[in-house]
Order: sequence, then structure tokens, then C-alpha cells
Amino acid sequence: MTLHRERYDVLTTRPPAESATRGSNPLAEDPYARRHGSDTDQHETADAWEHGRQIPAAGKEDSVIEAQHLTKRYGDKVAVDDLSFTVRPGIVTGFLGPNGSGKSTTMRMIMGLDHPTGGRVTVNGRRYHDLAWPLHEVGALLEAKAIHPGRSARAHLRMLAEANRIPLRRIEELLGLVGLASVAGQRAGKFSLGMGQRLGIAAALLGDPGVLIFDEPVNGLDPDGIRWVRKLLKGLAAEGRTVFVSSHLMSEMALTADEVVVIGRGRVLAQQPVAEMTARSTARFVRVRSPELLKLRAALDQQGAQTVFEDGALTVRGMDEVAIGDLAASLLITLHELSPESASLEDAFMELTEKSVEYHGALQGQARGGDR
Amino acid sequence: MSMTTTGTGGTPAVATPAGRYGMADLVRSEWTKLRTVRSTLWTLGMTVFTGLAASAIAMGVTRAHWASMSASNKASFHPIEVSLTGGYLGGTLLLGILGILVVSSEYATGTIRATLAAAPRRPMVLAAKVLVFGTVTLVVAELVTFAGFLLGQALLTSPAPHATLSSPTALRAVAGAGLFLCVVGLLALGIAVLVRHTAGAISAYVGVILVLPIIVSAIPGSLQDQIERLLPLEIGSAMINDPAPAAFGPWTGFFVLCGYTAVILAVGTVLMVRRDA
Repeated sequence: MTLHRERYDVLTTRPPAESATRGSNPLAEDPYARRHGSDTDQHETADAWEHGRQIPAAGKEDSVIEAQHLTKRYGDKVAVDDLSFTVRPGIVTGFLGPNGSGKSTTMRMIMGLDHPTGGRVTVNGRRYHDLAWPLHEVGALLEAKAIHPGRSARAHLRMLAEANRIPLRRIEELLGLVGLASVAGQRAGKFSLGMGQRLGIAAALLGDPGVLIFDEPVNGLDPDGIRWVRKLLKGLAAEGRTVFVSSHLMSEMALTADEVVVIGRGRVLAQQPVAEMTARSTARFVRVRSPELLKLRAALDQQGAQTVFEDGALTVRGMDEVAIGDLAASLLITLHELSPESASLEDAFMELTEKSVEYHGALQGQARGGDR
Repeated sequence: MSMTTTGTGGTPAVATPAGRYGMADLVRSEWTKLRTVRSTLWTLGMTVFTGLAASAIAMGVTRAHWASMSASNKASFHPIEVSLTGGYLGGTLLLGILGILVVSSEYATGTIRATLAAAPRRPMVLAAKVLVFGTVTLVVAELVTFAGFLLGQALLTSPAPHATLSSPTALRAVAGAGLFLCVVGLLALGIAVLVRHTAGAISAYVGVILVLPIIVSAIPGSLQDQIERLLPLEIGSAMINDPAPAAFGPWTGFFVLCGYTAVILAVGTVLMVRRDA
């Protein structure tokens, strides 16, 4: 139980009221507490997260999401096609795919909201339906503003807390944490998209769950909010929780995720650590500068490398910097630059999904004469 | 998470209770949902106001014109029915709409996914809704019928004949009208579980309550009577009035209405379990 308590401490290292007014988390600064916020406060928060990282992930080994041959068909259309993957605790697992690739459908199936046509998905080894206290085990942000516009943020959290016997004091703590304390009594219909997202995040954290599922959590957030969510996700994972977060924004995932599950057209294209994914990409290249660039290029081409002139330098693909350097030395060619450039996650992602993007096929269909 | 680590002590931020979430938790949650939206207060307030105002006006006007009323009008005047008709018609529409909103607003706003994430056993969620909405509706409906009856009778001074709760059939009519409103509200709730869209559910409900009688009235002869007595409003009328010769008796009719509601809710439960939320 201690572990549980400490994990929670990371979320509120200060009393809730203080965190709401002093902007001890970046999200709380905006827009209601911005005037109180300062950089030092944010550094303090960062320290809090660091503190969180020191806490071992013990007892969380069973907090996993496991999908096996998960399939969802709507009539003829296959939304999710034989998906198998595992989301482990202690890291942020990104769920990447273009819009319409089946991310949200998959997440709804994890939550037991949509029924799979085939296969199964479990949380902590059980179907979601069979969880004893679902909000104590799984917290989810599936869509922004999925709340009755006439109900207040506080009432929305209250009805969820009551359904899973979560103490009501927890509501005020979380309202402070996400920076909605001052508007908690107002009708949620007046909320901006960003405020709706923050309420959704509060709802997800309500039961202090070991598994967190976020569908596009940074949609509608401003830069401060995005930074806060990034820290939150990493902090939650560092506490040993299982964090599964979908996005179509590669740049965001590159900063947040440790591992990624990439899907396109409902199929898993890859599941691997972010670093590995970028390393494997053919988008990786080496930039070479030399006074004898033409001579070097001819030699590289002979070795089967792909070379392109760019800004007075040579971009080499298909050969690494060691081989290029050795080749240049053997030919007594002077090198002025030999710099390996790793591919961005975005490049690697584009490479993976290029063939699976829906409209791609549609465009090809049009080119063939068009059936519309 | 049922974690049992020991060490520095202290209680966890959120202790996981023993056992499993159940009906009591969901009833509490549904009660919070019902009372934290304005439409509930508006609809219930309008139901009470309509019931009292209609009774007061009908009885007051009758009293004022009593002296000039024809003998046959005087003979057919039914003080119990006249004091209840407004509340019963208004309640049928207003409580029905509230019953629809209780379900359809969750689907319209996406709240249903939060609800089902907290409580994935859908039949239990629906049962909690039925219990909470049914209880609130029953209390309000009985309040409306009793208050409407008493207010109306109080306005009906001699020589016009007024009824009391101890008059024959009075208690059955007043309490029965409240029961009718509760069950017809649950029927509307059940329709909303089937249809899920507010506008569609209201159309279907109003169709059954108000449009169907018009269609049935075009049917010739005794067949009309046979079908008419199956209509919800006829069942309600039989409860507050002396039943028409072809109609079901008040409790037979009520039993039939309960049957409709049970079937709709049963089908709704099956669909709710099967469909994607």
C-alpha cells in the first residue's frame, strides 16, 4: 500500500489548493493561474517527477494490456485487422497510426465499449468486463468533452467516483491538479476543448489506476498544456504504471514514448522501442563533405550506396559512416565532414505507413481512371 | 490494484474496496447524474406545475359555471377524473421526455462511455437507471396526483359535488394515476435505450402515446374497441375514470402497461449488451 501512496504523492507533492493557485504544474497555469505561475514552479514539478522515477515499479508487473488477434469489422469494412500487441508497465507506449487506422476502435475494444469481431484483449489478464473496480485499475481519456454540457466538472467526476466507491475528496485533489478548481462548479458546456481534455485526464486519474489509456490527449491543448501532458505521461510510467497513448503526431510521440506500436489500416506494422525504430529506418543517412566529392561519389556508387548532392555535401544512404570513412581512406580522399544523421521518428513512421494510408489507395484508384 | 506492500505506513490515495462494484454504487452514481442536470429540475417542476394548475383551472371553472351548467353536464361531471386529467396528460408527456433524456443524453454527449468504463456490466447500469428514475418519478407523480386531487376538490365548493379520498374509486384513481405515470415514464426510458437518439426516441414515444390513438380511431367497429383498450392513454383513462365498457379494468390495464414496459426494457437490455457503446 505504501507504494500506492507514494505513487500518488508524485501527482500532488503540494497540497491541492496550493497547486491550483501557484501553478505548480504547467497546466494549472493556464489560463486560470497563469499570473501566479513562474519558471521555478515548473522546475519544482520536474523535481517531483524525478522523485517519481526513483520509485521502483514493483507490484506492477501484471499491469499490462494484451491484445491477441484483435479484429473489428463494420460490415465489409475492416477497422482493426488481427491486431496482436502487448503494452508493458513502466514505460510510455505510443500507439501510432494515421487518422482512420483503427487506433480509437482498438482503444474502445480494450475498454470493453466496442465488441471485437474476433480475438481478445485483456487488461491485467482479465477482460475489461470482469474487472472488480474498473476505475481503480484502468483510467482512460477516450474523447475530449465526452461530458453532459449541463453538468459541472465536479458533478461529472462525482458520478464516476461514486460508481467505483472512490473517496470524494479525491475529486477536489484532481481538480486542483489539472487546474480546473476555479471552474469546477460551472457547466462543462462552456469549457474549451483544452479544458475538456484536462477534465478527461482528471477522470482518468480518479481511481489512481495502474493502467492508463489516452486517445490523442494533446489535442486542443496549448504548448504549456502539451508539455504538462508529456511530463504527466512520463511521470505516470516512471511510477510503474502502464501508459498507452495514441497519437497521429510523430513529433509528439518521439518526445514522449519509449516504445511504439505502429498501425496502418488496422494492422500492426511494428512494435519496437522508439530508438530502434529510427535506427532501422532507411531514412538514416550519412552526410559527407570532401574536396574530392565527385571521385568519392563514383566510388560509393560502385559499392552500391545511394548518393545525392545536397547543399554542397553528399548524402549517402545504404552505407554507414565507418564503411564510408574506410573507403575514403583507401582512396586517399580527404574528408571534411562525415556525420551520421539518424532518421526522425516521423521519417521512420512515414516509411512504415506509406503503403497503408487509406487515401493513397484512393488516389491510385483515381489515377487508374477513377471509379467515382 | 490489490497491492499489499508494507513499509512506511499510511493509507493509499485511493484504497481499492473489497468485493466488486455493485448496484448500490451505481444507484448513487445515477442519482448524482439525475440531480446534476437542469433538465431534470425543469421537467419535474413543470410536471408539478402543470398538474396543479390544470386541476385548479378545471375545478375552479366548473365551480364558477356550475349554476348555468345543463343537467346532463352536471350528471356526467366526474370530480375525480377532472381533477386528475391535466396532471396525468402533462405527466405522461413530461415524465416520458425526462425518461428519454436520462438515457439519450448520455449517448448524445458521450457520457455513456464514461459510465460504462466505470461499470462495464451494462444490465446493472440500466437497472440502476430504472431504479433511480423510477423511484424519483413515482414520488413526483404521486405528489402531483395527490396534490392535484386535493387542491381541485378544495376549490369545488357546494353545490358542486366534490370527492374525497374516501369516495369510491378515489384512492385507486389518485394513487393509480401516479403509478401509471411512473410506468409510462419507464416505457419512455426503455424506448430511448432502443433508439438512443433524443429526437428519435421522443418521436417514437409521442407516436405511441398521441398518434397511435388517432390512427386507431379510424378503424371501424368493434375492432377499434379491441385495439383501443391496448393503448397506454386508454389504460391511464381507465385508471382515473370509470372504465369504458370495452376497456380493460384499471388493474388489468395497468398490468398490460407493465408488460409493455418490461418487454421494451428487456429488449433494450439485450441490445445494450450487444451493441457497441
